[in-house]
Amino acid sequence: MKNMKGDKLFIILFLAPAVLITSVFLYFPFFENFFQSFYKTDGFFNSTFVGLDNYKRLLADEIAKKATLNSLQLMLYVAIFQVGIALLLAVMVDSIKVGAGFFRTTFFFPVVISGAAIGLLFTLIYNYRNGLLNEILVSLGFERVLWLTEQSSLYMVAIPTVWSYVGFYFVIFLTAIGKIPQDFYEAAQLEGVTGFQKLTKITIPLIVGDIKVCLVLAITGALKIFELVFIITRGGPARSSEVLGTYMYQKAFVDANVGYGATLAVLMVVIGLTLALVTNKLMKSEDITY
Amino acid sequence: MSTDKNQLTYWEKFQTKYLIKSKIGKIFVYIVLSIWAISTIFPLVWVLLNSFKQSRDIITNTFSFPADPTLQNYINAFSTINIGKSYVNSLIISGSVVLLVLFFGGLASFVMARMSFRLRGVMQTALIASLLIPAFATIVPVYRMMIDLGFVNTYLGLIIPQTAGNLPFAILVISGYMATIPRELEEASVIDGCNRWTMFLKVFLPVSLPIFGTVATFVFLWSYNDLFSSLIFVEHESVRPIVVLLSQVSSQYGTDYGLMTAAITMTVIPVVIFYLFAQKTFEKGATAGSVKG
Repeated sequence: MKNMKGDKLFIILFLAPAVLITSVFLYFPFFENFFQSFYKTDGFFNSTFVGLDNYKRLLADEIAKKATLNSLQLMLYVAIFQVGIALLLAVMVDSIKVGAGFFRTTFFFPVVISGAAIGLLFTLIYNYRNGLLNEILVSLGFERVLWLTEQSSLYMVAIPTVWSYVGFYFVIFLTAIGKIPQDFYEAAQLEGVTGFQKLTKITIPLIVGDIKVCLVLAITGALKIFELVFIITRGGPARSSEVLGTYMYQKAFVDANVGYGATLAVLMVVIGLTLALVTNKLMKSEDITY
Repeated sequence: MSTDKNQLTYWEKFQTKYLIKSKIGKIFVYIVLSIWAISTIFPLVWVLLNSFKQSRDIITNTFSFPADPTLQNYINAFSTINIGKSYVNSLIISGSVVLLVLFFGGLASFVMARMSFRLRGVMQTALIASLLIPAFATIVPVYRMMIDLGFVNTYLGLIIPQTAGNLPFAILVISGYMATIPRELEEASVIDGCNRWTMFLKVFLPVSLPIFGTVATFVFLWSYNDLFSSLIFVEHESVRPIVVLLSQVSSQYGTDYGLMTAAITMTVIPVVIFYLFAQKTFEKGATAGSVKG
């Protein structure tokens, strides 16, 4: 990386637009958000400094507590099922020859569909009058079921959340498994390792790094769940499926409680960073290269 | 059971015999894979078929093929909710975001990958750190800035924040690719009389086209699918992109099933067709994009 004459000017010119845009609209707001969490705002323009009031309010806020628990619960489902199903499907697709390309294509494509469309699709699936599920039940001779209740709503948003992104981790795992050299398996075969042992003793240990990455992505990604909940349940009924994303949106932009919305955003960042660090630490292991 | 380590346990023998080597195992694998494939295809086919039926047929005959196919739902989508306008809005906004991210990100990537300067390490760290910043954490201050600038409910109101949000990802991925371009190419272009600008334009840009394509695909998709920021910055009818329209359809026209199925179909079909043509790019983007938190 030897520099040429006059490079200084080009470095500045080339970097300037990107640095300017990201500093003003990404990095600065990130810190500014922290400051705004100490203000109480009235209709967006009048802000008064209220110290830790927003944080005291947060601690006493039952809905915020419920939303946090719901977010953490979704995180658990996403980490276990999204990553788990993806791993299972990837191992299976890797083991077959006929049709592997077809499955690869079909599994991935929900990833490219917008959450808004998937949300609307699932409102139609769950619909009481003529939703897909109830129509199947009726045609089998059962009674209609009310799918979105206070008890079930969180599961009902967890299902499309998990389903729609399995393909993403599936492709990552399939790529990782494909990179394992074939002689590993051949050598193992000579040693008498067969069947499921191949999976537990070779495949999984060799892609443990990718599993780690996927888990961290799934866990931090779960905090950003918004669209499906917003469209399918709007956090209801009776706040039963409220998550941090939808609650923050409601507080800051519907109730115009901007300062408190900023406080909720701080909470989301703190939870996200903590979990990312913890998962990284817990799963620390030597990376395998081959 | 034998204690010999090399000896397989009965369970393992059973697995090998009945689950791995045998036909039964293969059939089981295909059944599981097919079930998942059906789960991804069937709902969309169901929506697609129903979008050609009249609303009352959707209620009475949801599984049948449309006996009397009609385009009425699509006509409604254009006349009552003006879906055409939202398409154009989405295209303008997401297209601009892609162009800006590729141009500014490409230039910055070139510097990050091929030139040395004092703040390079700091900037690399800042880029990676920014992947941990969710949109939620910046939206309140950005919204206030957009109000001050008068950009709320204009195209720029969404283009600017989305460009800022996607630039770090683009720079990390593109500069990673540019770093692998052989040094000889750079030297040859200097001998040919290139300065850094012409070197970028004539050598690095063409050579890096595949990665630009991958980044473009994903940035477009993230922008097109981003409901949260869109709801806040461009909610008004005249500028709302298609995802905002979709979120409003269910609350305003929640009983018009025909309209809803048509709206979903129109949102999804272009993306799915594009995906089928450029599948490799999408999948490469997914693995490259796995750096984006």
